[in-house]
Amino acid sequence: MKRRLVVGLLVIVCFILQCTVFKTLSLASISPNLLLIVTSSLGFLRGEREGMFIGFFSGFLIDIFFGRVFGFYALLYMFIGYGSGLFHMMFYDEDIKLPMFWVALSDLVYGLCVYFFLFLMRSKFDFGYYFTHIVMPELIYTVAVTILVYRMIWKFNAFLDRLEEETPAGMASITTDLGQTENKTEEL
Amino acid sequence: MKKKNNYFIPTKYIFAALAALCIVMMFASYTTGFAGETLGKMSGYVFVPFEMGINNIGGWIREKKDNLADLTVAQAKNEELQAQVDELIMENSRLMQSQYRLQEFEELYALDQGYEQFNKVAANIIATDSGNWFNTFVIDKGKNDGIEADMNVIAGSGLVGIVTKSGDNWAQVRSVIDDMSNVSAQVLSTSDLCFVKGDLQLMDQGLIRIEELKDPNDLAIQGEKIVTSHVSDKYHEGILIGYLNEVSLDSNNLTKSGTITPAVDFEHLHMVLVITDLKQTVEES
Repeated sequence: MKRRLVVGLLVIVCFILQCTVFKTLSLASISPNLLLIVTSSLGFLRGEREGMFIGFFSGFLIDIFFGRVFGFYALLYMFIGYGSGLFHMMFYDEDIKLPMFWVALSDLVYGLCVYFFLFLMRSKFDFGYYFTHIVMPELIYTVAVTILVYRMIWKFNAFLDRLEEETPAGMASITTDLGQTENKTEEL
Repeated sequence: MKKKNNYFIPTKYIFAALAALCIVMMFASYTTGFAGETLGKMSGYVFVPFEMGINNIGGWIREKKDNLADLTVAQAKNEELQAQVDELIMENSRLMQSQYRLQEFEELYALDQGYEQFNKVAANIIATDSGNWFNTFVIDKGKNDGIEADMNVIAGSGLVGIVTKSGDNWAQVRSVIDDMSNVSAQVLSTSDLCFVKGDLQLMDQGLIRIEELKDPNDLAIQGEKIVTSHVSDKYHEGILIGYLNEVSLDSNNLTKSGTITPAVDFEHLHMVLVITDLKQTVEES
């Protein structure tokens, strides 16, 4: 439970940073997508279940304040968190290259989805422009920020693991990362 | 450490359930206009104080950044501008004459007086859209200050946008340069109707698209004032949107389209005024 509160708090803090400080750091009116970094890399480090919840929560916040169609960003971020989590078992490492690649891929999926559903559907066909002016710059900037914040996220993840160990067994949340892993091993 | 709960639900089912929930919400919000009112109310109290605080710090940093950038630009431009000064002094005298004429026109249309008749509430921008695709922002005033959806938002000399939803102490504003914005407008001098649509592609250049301008007599020239029109059901008449940049004839040979320069500097916008009269109520009274 404590772990969930801490994760929730992290998402809230990131959301606030995203809409205020990060906007002032924007280069050529492009700003990095911090929430996506958090969703993607925590999903990556902690598995699809947590990635899914983190993504859902992040997207939900965006929907409340900036959404046009309620639920769109929640679905998109949840999908990204879940997708990142699917590769949780494969590379669990301090190594930064794979998470970087993964964040880049997530941001690409995010950009393409936003273009497809919110722009192409309103007959804005100039894909080349949007790709080179919005999707790619955001991707590069986001990956650059990932390099800076990934170690923090990695440490945060280690902190979450410790928090979990301290949690008494009786207070066990519905699922734990270990239960998750075990379940997955069983499936395999 | 081995914890296994009996009521463990496989993640994929939760995923499917949440995805279904999202899709249902999307349909609900599309058809009924549901926008998480209560959620917005609650979260407003959590986020707005933080956003206001951080925004103040952000503003300070931005100021410093702008100052540095300004200095370099200023030095580079100094020489160039010096050469222009002489030229401009000549031109100035000629323009003064036009200026008097312009003043006459402005008095005639009483544009600035028009704003006075509305009740306005000043608000700070405390958060901007998290993504890079749209141009909406959140202000620190909401229902408690009488701000409701569809109210017009202005800043200084011109139209900023419209309130799209409001919580107790916050409101979401969609600016006119947002890609989904569409404002019914008219050319001030000729009253020819047109539409002003935000466009992400033009946003970088600081322009807005103007479409379906009916201008049979070719009267719309560069610098012409574009204001909100009398036929719009949400925007008050006569609020300055921007100045005509260039127009060209559409392929249908009937209407024109082009770009306008917005009257508001959206890049450095920190404070706005919300007109708390809705257009409908003004018409009724």
